Amino acid sequence: MCLAIPAKIIALDTSNDRATVTVDNVQVEVSLALVDDVVIGDYVLVHVGYALNKIDQDEALKTIALFAEAGLSWAS
Amino acid sequence: MKYIDEFREHSLAQQLANAIKQEADNNRTYRLMEFCGGHTHAIFRYGIQDLLPDNVEFIHGPGCPVCVLPMGRIDNAIELVEQHDVILCIYADLLRVPASLGKSLLKAKASGGDIRMIYSTQDALKIARDNPNREVVFFAIGFETTTPPTAVAIKQASEQGLKNFSIFCNHVLTPSAMQAILDAPEPVSIDGFLGPSHVSTIIGSQAYEIFAQHYLKPIVIAGFEPLDVMQSSLMLIRQLNTSRHQVENEYTRAVTRTGNVKAQSLMNEVFCLRDEFEWRGLGLIPKSALKLRANYAQFDAELRFQLPAIKASDVKGCECPAILRGAKRPVDCKLLGTVCTPENPMGSCMVSSEGACAAYWSYGRLRGARTNKLSA
Amino acid sequence: MTKTGDIRQSRTNLDIRNGQVNLSHGSGGRAMAQLIASIFVKHLDNELLRQGNDQALFNVEAGRMVMSTDSHVITPLFFPGGDIGSLAIHGTVNDVVMSGAKPLYLSAGFILEEGYPLAELEKIVISMAAAAKQAGTAVITGDTKVVERGKGDGVFINTCGIGVVPAGVNISGNRAQAGDAIILSGSIGDHGVAIMSSRENLQFATTIISDSASLHNLVADMLDVTKDIHCLRDPTRGGLATSLNELAAQSAVGMVIEEQKIPIKSAVRAACEILGLDPLYVANEGKLVCICPAEHAASILTTMQQNPLGKNAAIIGKVISDDNHFVQMNTAFGGQRIVDWLAGEQLPRIC
Repeated sequence: MCLAIPAKIIALDTSNDRATVTVDNVQVEVSLALVDDVVIGDYVLVHVGYALNKIDQDEALKTIALFAEAGLSWAS
Repeated sequence: MKYIDEFREHSLAQQLANAIKQEADNNRTYRLMEFCGGHTHAIFRYGIQDLLPDNVEFIHGPGCPVCVLPMGRIDNAIELVEQHDVILCIYADLLRVPASLGKSLLKAKASGGDIRMIYSTQDALKIARDNPNREVVFFAIGFETTTPPTAVAIKQASEQGLKNFSIFCNHVLTPSAMQAILDAPEPVSIDGFLGPSHVSTIIGSQAYEIFAQHYLKPIVIAGFEPLDVMQSSLMLIRQLNTSRHQVENEYTRAVTRTGNVKAQSLMNEVFCLRDEFEWRGLGLIPKSALKLRANYAQFDAELRFQLPAIKASDVKGCECPAILRGAKRPVDCKLLGTVCTPENPMGSCMVSSEGACAAYWSYGRLRGARTNKLSA
Repeated sequence: MTKTGDIRQSRTNLDIRNGQVNLSHGSGGRAMAQLIASIFVKHLDNELLRQGNDQALFNVEAGRMVMSTDSHVITPLFFPGGDIGSLAIHGTVNDVVMSGAKPLYLSAGFILEEGYPLAELEKIVISMAAAAKQAGTAVITGDTKVVERGKGDGVFINTCGIGVVPAGVNISGNRAQAGDAIILSGSIGDHGVAIMSSRENLQFATTIISDSASLHNLVADMLDVTKDIHCLRDPTRGGLATSLNELAAQSAVGMVIEEQKIPIKSAVRAACEILGLDPLYVANEGKLVCICPAEHAASILTTMQQNPLGKNAAIIGKVISDDNHFVQMNTAFGGQRIVDWLAGEQLPRIC
């Protein structure tokens, strides 16, 4: 039951604890009840209409680098 | 799609596949249980097994909440609709799950039951506000990922004084399932786990440390994209090759060791442990599921409608229980593809697209057909 | 639109702006005649409809005729890129032209729910008239029934269409042969996503509009290249995956398609990702699949791409011989999978 997708926050409605997020120009309203300190431009993981967590952008890049590294160690 | 497409990149898949081929020891097998249905889905949808050597084998785990829901609970939900005339709000995934006597929520809806498919717990609250003269029950289901949104809804219902809203709670806990698999009287041979992905964003990777320490099994918290699954498999192979058994985290972009503390405290505020709960395939597991705390008990549909505990038996011959434990594969079931198909599912593993049988049927049959042809 | 009586006399006294459909509009009396005259005949106007009989009388061309019927029920009735009126024309015209036929005439049967606003009904009929004209056809006979409030969903429309197949054209779902090329006329899933985005319980916003369109010109262009086309099908409900499986089963063949070749708009992909849907199973209303001998594929493709309704056309795979009649797909990721029939309804899932 864990279909979740990374989406970018493009508008905040702090009085209602809600945000508008977008994935490739598809916009969805989500609840921010489960996350703190998000700002416009953050990526959050969206599940059943709720932001579950922020995506750590540095960690994402590190993981992608790991994929490439695995291939290089094989090639060398 | 940022943070999705990068993790489906074909050229990197080839590199990772080569690294796995290089590092996997030909003289042994690697039996890796992918815990979540999300992993199962990715393995079949992207054809990951085609990219891996034969001695790296995936064993499908119990991490699909629709699949592990015992049939009696669907019977209860149908009773809510048919006997108590409630508006039942469900995630659409539940619609086709078989209940006793060949029933399902889909059929109950066709017979006039007021069953509404919702996308979020917020929708269920709205339906309750819009129908003040009807009882509205939300069929709450899911692991720790889906539980916090239910907790938020309960708190809001309480604050708003919603008298006609309640939940039929079926939230279950992943560490309990992992423990049940490892403690089984005849344990399945598993070398390591691809650990829960989105569940771990909430409960953190530390929840699994006890298994690595106590059962000496390596666990890698693995994202649901295909490159995540491959990278995590490589990390497990490396641990096994060096006789390590640690919790490692591949899904660092969304999972920390401690998880989402705010969501955890919300869950703790609203829910407490049940003494025991029945899981399909795994039986009664102590302290493996959640119920509403006493101060939110007025929102508990089981109490409000005095729902009985129904002990329903699975369809004869259905191997879902063994498949959910990892003890059998979908191809080992005699019903698969004969009487049990996605159009007419006999067991829950054929219903949810995260279910091992449905994933095999939709995506994996091709491989089966090729293998048969080779062996014939 | 039958039993119209004296149209000019009945054209008075129907308050389209504020009025609603009531049971008398389906009773066969003066109220029904007024409704027919003031909305249906007024906008769908043509010589055959104006005959005002219980049937339309016309001459047929020599040759083979095709006939098809399609009932249209859709929520919501108005959606981005179309409405039930234009859809009721496009759907049936496309079913007719998938035989290679030139569409000729249509019938329309309306089932209206008591209480439906007349102004909305008029909008739907105006849209139908425009779509019929654009498709080079005309609605020449019709019927109206009214059901009690709560027993319908506003408006249901059944249309029936006839057309004539040019000599030398032999298009059928059972003619696909190993070696044939599979051509898709454009991006998939637009209609389904547009509909879902406008349903109130799925709150997402997108700029995607329905692809609803009549494909008669596109098919005519393709037949100008060669009459040697084996199969045509419009992948509506059940999406591309279902159409390919139907064709594979009918022709007793297998298929291999390439995921990377299938055009999908990024917003459609994203919406499907959010809802847990597979775009291969999402509905289209203005696309077609063409199966033809490989030697014609390039020239048919070039012609399709010159038509606005085929500008993103692509060769997406080929027909193979396979006793299992599997439709298989080489994934962009480098693996292989089966693309099966749609099981049950496509519903947003959360796991």
